[in-house]
Amino acid sequence: MGKIRRWRACLVLIAIFCASAVARALPPQTDEERMTASAATGHAGGRLVVALRSEPKTLNPALALDEPSRDVIRCLTADLIHINRGSLKTEPSLAKSWSVSKDGRQYTLQLRRGVRFSDGQLFNADDVLFSFQVYLDEKVDSSQRDLLVVGGKPITVTKMDDYTVRFELAQPYAAAERLFDSIAILPRHLLENTYQSGSFSQAWSLSMPSNQFAGLGPFRLKEYVAGQRVVLERNPYYWKSDRAGIQLPYLNEVTFLFVPSEDAQVIRFQAGDTDVLSRFSADNFAVLQKQQSQKGYHLDDLGAGLEYNFLFFNLNAPGSNLPPEIARKQAWFQDLRFRQAVSAAIDREGIVRLVYSGRATPIWDQVTPGNKLWLDEKIAHPQRSLDRARELLKSAGFSWKSDGALVDSRGEHVEFSILTSSSNAQRTKIATIIQDDLSQLGMTVQVVPLEFHAMVDRLLNTHNYEAAMMGLVSGDADPTSEMNVWLSSGETHLWRPRQEKPATPWESEMDRLMQEQLVTLDYAKRKKLYDRVQEIVAEELPVICLVSPNILVGAANRVGNFRPAILVPYALWNIEELYVQ
Amino acid sequence: MTHHRKLVWSAAVLAAFSCVILFAGFFAPYDFAAQDRDTPFAPPTAIHFMDASGRLHVRPFVYGPRDSAQTPPIAEAASVQPYPLRWFVPGAPYKIAGVFTSRTHLFGVAQPARIFLMGSDAYGRDQFSRFLYGGQISLLAGLIAAILSVSIGILAGGIAGYYGGWLDEILMRGGELFLALPWLYLLFAMRAALPLHISQWQVFLLLISVMGLIGWARPARLIRGVVLSAKERNFVLAARGFGASDAYLLRRHVLPQTYAVLLTQITLLVPQYVLAEVTLTFLGLGVGEPMPSWGALLSSLQQYSVLSSYWWMFLPALLLIPLFVVFYAAADALQELHKSVPL
Repeated sequence: MGKIRRWRACLVLIAIFCASAVARALPPQTDEERMTASAATGHAGGRLVVALRSEPKTLNPALALDEPSRDVIRCLTADLIHINRGSLKTEPSLAKSWSVSKDGRQYTLQLRRGVRFSDGQLFNADDVLFSFQVYLDEKVDSSQRDLLVVGGKPITVTKMDDYTVRFELAQPYAAAERLFDSIAILPRHLLENTYQSGSFSQAWSLSMPSNQFAGLGPFRLKEYVAGQRVVLERNPYYWKSDRAGIQLPYLNEVTFLFVPSEDAQVIRFQAGDTDVLSRFSADNFAVLQKQQSQKGYHLDDLGAGLEYNFLFFNLNAPGSNLPPEIARKQAWFQDLRFRQAVSAAIDREGIVRLVYSGRATPIWDQVTPGNKLWLDEKIAHPQRSLDRARELLKSAGFSWKSDGALVDSRGEHVEFSILTSSSNAQRTKIATIIQDDLSQLGMTVQVVPLEFHAMVDRLLNTHNYEAAMMGLVSGDADPTSEMNVWLSSGETHLWRPRQEKPATPWESEMDRLMQEQLVTLDYAKRKKLYDRVQEIVAEELPVICLVSPNILVGAANRVGNFRPAILVPYALWNIEELYVQ
Repeated sequence: MTHHRKLVWSAAVLAAFSCVILFAGFFAPYDFAAQDRDTPFAPPTAIHFMDASGRLHVRPFVYGPRDSAQTPPIAEAASVQPYPLRWFVPGAPYKIAGVFTSRTHLFGVAQPARIFLMGSDAYGRDQFSRFLYGGQISLLAGLIAAILSVSIGILAGGIAGYYGGWLDEILMRGGELFLALPWLYLLFAMRAALPLHISQWQVFLLLISVMGLIGWARPARLIRGVVLSAKERNFVLAARGFGASDAYLLRRHVLPQTYAVLLTQITLLVPQYVLAEVTLTFLGLGVGEPMPSWGALLSSLQQYSVLSSYWWMFLPALLLIPLFVVFYAAADALQELHKSVPL
């Protein structure tokens, strides 16, 4: 029985293979509305090898939370409206066009006709309806759901006809088009039964047979070898072609190898085992650079990305089960002058030089120089000044003992610990530099590296910490993706999460500004609102922003159309256009 | 007599080395935490006798920094002005034996020149100074932990060997249990249970007790063996016949025969525990930044970029090899000596 089934699978594969060979040569069927890609034309064929930090946990787009899963899913699926990583603007994807009602609450999307899933089934409005039903289902608990709830109400989706869908929002929403990015359209014909029977959370694990999987992305699943690799093959039904009319993707195969550490990935790339490398440190960039000319690869420094690293203090309400020791120290942390002094004493340039070998940018608020659309140029960039820090501390009632130790007005020595994630060597290094900077003010600082999940639990749930180092990367350049951080009720409002009502006047102003920019449609007006948020962050220092590391990528010289970007996924966002020479 | 000579010279080397480590503040030119952010990963400073014009200097000298504004992080020693090496220079304050404060260092160069005998680390800290200070923690922790585990070993092994029977069973099976425990996970659990920041002293005690408690089973087995054979010797039986008590017999006749074994064990355990400290530091149970320990110095080698670019980061590891060789030579000599002395 098993043998027969395997034979049948083989036959299907052969049939598909023949079909794909034919499909590439043929012009698109007349009823198919193909999209034309913008990149320079390349050659068909070939194979690309990329390393993943760990095995993807799932191929189910609604459940994937980890970076490796998302990296693979991105190659297998498509969205309705896409953010072009190169231009940071939205562009048509499965929706060929869309219109917005005057009040900004209704979006009508025209779907591309004749598009087929990777198993050959036609795509239409029912798949869109089904997908959004899944993502909005509270039982599925998808990470996309938060995005799709606007103004407290989930987006409603209605089918106008087979190729027209209307989305209705409870309130105008400035970044509505960007919402659709990376929301993968699921095949109703494959998943509806599973969803109805309530076993959706088990659907599309890595070990499923590849014929149970179908997507609208440039590739489809070919093979998964546990502990080693995932292999994707060209989707013969893909709906994009290049300017010469050749159907994309160019590549026949993409192999994701599981290479567990960054160092190991760098070595594999250096040896030529993998073709593309992203997410690696400046130290390793320097190592790779030395051999750049002899080996067949090139490296790119794209400048500041969207990641911002910062230090913050525990500002949670005293009384709410905070250990008394921490509650006592909060008298310092709550004092703006104390936070200003810490900010003034930190040697941001030194961090850039020592931790990132110069491949980072000092920052004084949350928007990095990489985010040119939203950066507030007026934010001051004060130089490091220990004198100013000392003055601020003096005015806040601190003084120094004869041995140089800083004491507060009650005579207690200023001593606190900084939590960092032990898996992030850079952040621990930054904390060690800050430790030395602050010791020059007479503060005693301990650096405590903790396992990442243990650290997040302390930050968001138990609040048992004094200060911590974190880095955040937005998935998008738009401020809406940061709502959770800056709203006082937000889950990741790190210094004091989930407030019932804003604790300080500036937090309530920030709430108002963030809500207002969310519903304002005019870019200039939104920019003004978000500029004010940046000013508040720079003035009130709820988080002391330090540096933004540059986005570093590398690719083998034989990879063509390689156009890395500062948005996730830095290197493979245009994988359908990549080719090998 | 060659064993004697071997013992004497190895003991002398160890004593001299311990002396340097003990007075690390004096021998180290810089404070272990002092960062020089202009010179991260500086190679070992070259010490010259002859300057660029070919003139010979009586006093060896180093070249000062070229220009502080250079962007590439690796500072080069080739430069303009020579700075002579000076002896007994004033510098960063340090404490001798934790009591007296002094500022005099054995050698140094005037600012802004730097002398990095073993290069500098990622923060521009002097590796040589860190190596010396690191020895204070690692060597002392190793020594105390070795004494601790050998003491527990004497107690458990002595009792088990001398009394035998069910006591022997319990103690030795208990020891086997200790050998078989998955320590790595226990240590992880221990770290999680501890408060966020622990003071350096607490960490130090923790290191000692962890290593000492884990390591008692092996010496206990050895000592039990020695005691087993010692208690059957004729003179012990004779003493027992004269009515000597157990305590007297153990103290006067049995345990003295284990001393050579013990000494050998200690000299073997110290280097082992120094390496154990490397593992514990890696697990986050060691002393935290900026305190140096040999474990912390070695752990920077775990990064590929450091491993492949900065050869001087290997120096602490290389220096430990001859040190351990001397330790083992001492252990060897003690062992031979013990064999050649008739009982």
